[in-house]
Amino acid sequence: MSALTFVMKQRLDQRVDMSPLVCNKLEGMVPAEIAKIELQNGKRKIRVDELFRIKGSDTQNIVIEGSFSKLDFIGKQLEGGSITIHGDVGAYLGMEMKAGTIKVDGNTGIYTACEMKDGYLEIKGNAGDFLAAALPGNRQGMKGGLILVKGNVGERAGDHMRRGLLLVEGNAGDYCGSRMVAGTIAVMGTTGRYLGYAMRRGTFLLWNQPELSATFNDCGKHTLSFLPMMFSSFKNLNSKFAKNSTRFNRVQRYGGDMAEMGRGEILVKI
Amino acid sequence: MIINGVTIDETFAEAFGMKATRVIITALNAKWAMISAQAMTGFATSVIACGCEAGIERVLDPSETPDGRPGVAILIFAMGGKSLAKQLETRAGQCVLTSPTSALFSGLDGDVQIPLGKNLRYFGDGFQISKKIMGKRYWRIPVMDGEFLTEETTGRTEAVGGGNFLVLAQSQEQALAACEAAIEEMRKIPNVIMPFPGGVVRSGSKVGSKYPALGASSNDAFCPTLKGMTKTELSMDCESVMEIVIDGLTKEDIDKSMRAGIQAVCDLGKENGILRISAGNYGGKLGPFHFHLQEIMA
Repeated sequence: MSALTFVMKQRLDQRVDMSPLVCNKLEGMVPAEIAKIELQNGKRKIRVDELFRIKGSDTQNIVIEGSFSKLDFIGKQLEGGSITIHGDVGAYLGMEMKAGTIKVDGNTGIYTACEMKDGYLEIKGNAGDFLAAALPGNRQGMKGGLILVKGNVGERAGDHMRRGLLLVEGNAGDYCGSRMVAGTIAVMGTTGRYLGYAMRRGTFLLWNQPELSATFNDCGKHTLSFLPMMFSSFKNLNSKFAKNSTRFNRVQRYGGDMAEMGRGEILVKI
Repeated sequence: MIINGVTIDETFAEAFGMKATRVIITALNAKWAMISAQAMTGFATSVIACGCEAGIERVLDPSETPDGRPGVAILIFAMGGKSLAKQLETRAGQCVLTSPTSALFSGLDGDVQIPLGKNLRYFGDGFQISKKIMGKRYWRIPVMDGEFLTEETTGRTEAVGGGNFLVLAQSQEQALAACEAAIEEMRKIPNVIMPFPGGVVRSGSKVGSKYPALGASSNDAFCPTLKGMTKTELSMDCESVMEIVIDGLTKEDIDKSMRAGIQAVCDLGKENGILRISAGNYGGKLGPFHFHLQEIMA
């Protein structure tokens, strides 16, 4: 059985809500039934077969070809299976996903993986602002799973993050890990201003010295034995994080944000 | 049955069901992993008074440990799940947490999980940090030499305790040499420990006592100095008896271990003063697991 593939026929002006097209909602449906599903497009509805040409039938293995930045909510509340996207995607990719895999070979919009609960999300390009964050007004962002971004991430990545792993091969924007509750954010590139602003707990792993706020205190140089274990858990990733050459266990440790609970840590490779 | 001049008695060892777990201690080097392991398995020869039976299963190569440092695998056995959990926690807290450079990990997956670092983390007084790696939760507890890293839980499994055999020899020296040879071979078998000092016990017991307060007392039938004073099991040329007690994760593990140990004793043979191999048989009163010596050596 080949992957259920949606090939983009036209690029609409208005945004499209793709949340009905996830593996768990399509399970047991044949392509003819899927074609009749209506997607919200701006203020009107559009049938799936108006927007996409459908190939294949494996609903647990979905491929979207020709995707672009107005397709929102792809993989929302995904409970298993895989979604592979060729091209860019819009906002809210993988929102509240509970399990399964999402891979994107382009860029993603704002609120990618917001309030993600578990599973694996891989982005080859860049991710927009509020990656792995909480929705406005909510108190908990990403709660589990693993996000790998090969490019850069925007501002407020990991805002209110509660648990899980966010790995960034590129650079992170301002306020990375702001209001973080717990979890781990690793950034190989540079980080912006106000790193870990108002973080309560949680860990940053950084390869480059950040510009730190005055509310982070130096805890000295340390060799931490959990780091080799954490790095070896990355060994099967298709990423720079899997390479032995990027690993370290000797760090400069900063504690903060002392303006908040102050149990967070920034570990910088030395 | 006679092997190399050594008589294998037609009897069986009796063993009973226990609960067990395996933990792995690692440290900066093999020396300190062993020190911590020896502390954790100290005073753990018999559940009668120690609360648990524990021993070092084997030394681990850095490639076999979760954090890539030298390590030691430990097996701990107790009569019930609650007592196992209590013993594990107190020993981990007093013997591993305190030991320089140590880390503590689960060595056994199981449906039933018991706390390892789950409560020890409170030693961190709020500065402890949780990290979930590959689906397992670990705790980083700040201590004066850096950080104590421990897994949150370890698996518990059903197990068998009290497998045993007795070595009857012409002299104390010969009995001890035979037991040392047996222990050396038995330590090569996985999933078992011999919890007594050096793996050998010289004060084997029988069930009951003339003193009502005691549940067990000296096994007078095998005490060589009492040959003329009690219903003895010993011939006049036997001057010393020593016992090896085995706890294992399964009956089959104990079978293998007993076979290796008895074979090592028999290899020394009659010319080294070994007379007989017998076993602690309590007439079926002690436990449901029976290890028939002649079947094991067949």
